[in-house]
Amino acid sequence: MPLMSFRLARPAVIIDINRISGLDSISAGTNGGLTIGALTRQRAVERSKTVQDRNPLLAAAMPLIGHFQIRNRGTFGGSLVHADPAAELPAVGIALGMEFVLRSAQGDRVVPAEDFFLGYMATAVEPSELLTEIRIPSWKPGTGWAIDEVSRRKGDFAMVGVTVLVQLDGDACRDSCIVIFGVGGKPVRMHKAEGMLKGKKLGRQTLTDIGETVANDLEPDSDIHASAQYRKEVGGVLTRRALESALARAKESGRK
Amino acid sequence: MSSKHTISLTVNGKAYECLVEARMTLADFLRNELDLTGTHLGCEHGVCGACTILLNGEAVRSCLLLAVQADGADLSTVEGLAQGNQLHPLQEAFRDRHALQCGFCTPGFLMTAVAFLKETPTPTEDEVREAISGNICRCTGYLPIVEAIIQAAGNARDNSKKRSSTP
Repeated sequence: MPLMSFRLARPAVIIDINRISGLDSISAGTNGGLTIGALTRQRAVERSKTVQDRNPLLAAAMPLIGHFQIRNRGTFGGSLVHADPAAELPAVGIALGMEFVLRSAQGDRVVPAEDFFLGYMATAVEPSELLTEIRIPSWKPGTGWAIDEVSRRKGDFAMVGVTVLVQLDGDACRDSCIVIFGVGGKPVRMHKAEGMLKGKKLGRQTLTDIGETVANDLEPDSDIHASAQYRKEVGGVLTRRALESALARAKESGRK
Repeated sequence: MSSKHTISLTVNGKAYECLVEARMTLADFLRNELDLTGTHLGCEHGVCGACTILLNGEAVRSCLLLAVQADGADLSTVEGLAQGNQLHPLQEAFRDRHALQCGFCTPGFLMTAVAFLKETPTPTEDEVREAISGNICRCTGYLPIVEAIIQAAGNARDNSKKRSSTP
């Protein structure tokens, strides 16, 4: 709708898919995962006990999307196919390894999140396809997580955001995932920083170094909201802070 | 393909059936077709919150919906808050706290607050601030608005206490 209000889009025909039935459910898989219909309202995901029980990162990400008036109408699948580079869900989708079910007259195909987002508001969805369902793998017990973003006002698009997952092996990092959003055409996974974490004890110096690596590696754009330099610096700081929170959560769940 | 559609909907308890252009937003429909001009249009792209109404009880931006999408829906707008001359408790609180000056943003704030207090009847100040973060006011300032919403929540609590204490 905003695209049409700004006359950036002038479609000849609009098809409202809101009333297609059967695409708005949240179901808990037997394997501990989640399946969410593309038309499920963001607010329903936010309020879902199943989501809160099964996926703490997704539950924490939902309230960061816009304002509650927006989440009342916005759909889970809508945010993903819209693929705004500053949106939370695409980044969380990559971190959680979500899979997207795309349906066409020829049948279904499943696209992993890492191959789904192509660039600024562009996805792997073909014109003949519709995103019908999102599959979210089961949560690995003991995983530390965090999501944080910086915006002018609560609910505004993030100038920079980060989400991380950390798994520990004793005190050392076994595996991690760092995704930054709002810094380019699509969410960026920081593979180099993840490599630096692997097998390391996550002391203060390591986390500071990783924050600096992330700041160096980011190649954000400047726009009216923030300069590229600001985004690089904030991206680094947010990464360090997110890793600190994720680490604390991983240790806490290890004690339980 | 016809560019007009017939829609049936309820607004503030009154049923309507109208023939509308597919391209008309719900906000324009309320204002221009039903003459309910209390719903205001500021930014027209979902950012300012002035056009907030309730759709089936949930706060939504009427500028981000097409009128045809509201077919079958039950809507509430600011015109439905007062009962005759009796202001809604939130409207009274806004008056008491001077939570409006020019009043342009007020309908959106009121409808946002109605939905918010229904779900969070005893809010903290922080919760109120977050709830109204999607509504922009450019003259009054947010402090009196926050105070008014907290006052309305408190009044509603006192009234329900009074009701429950009467035998």
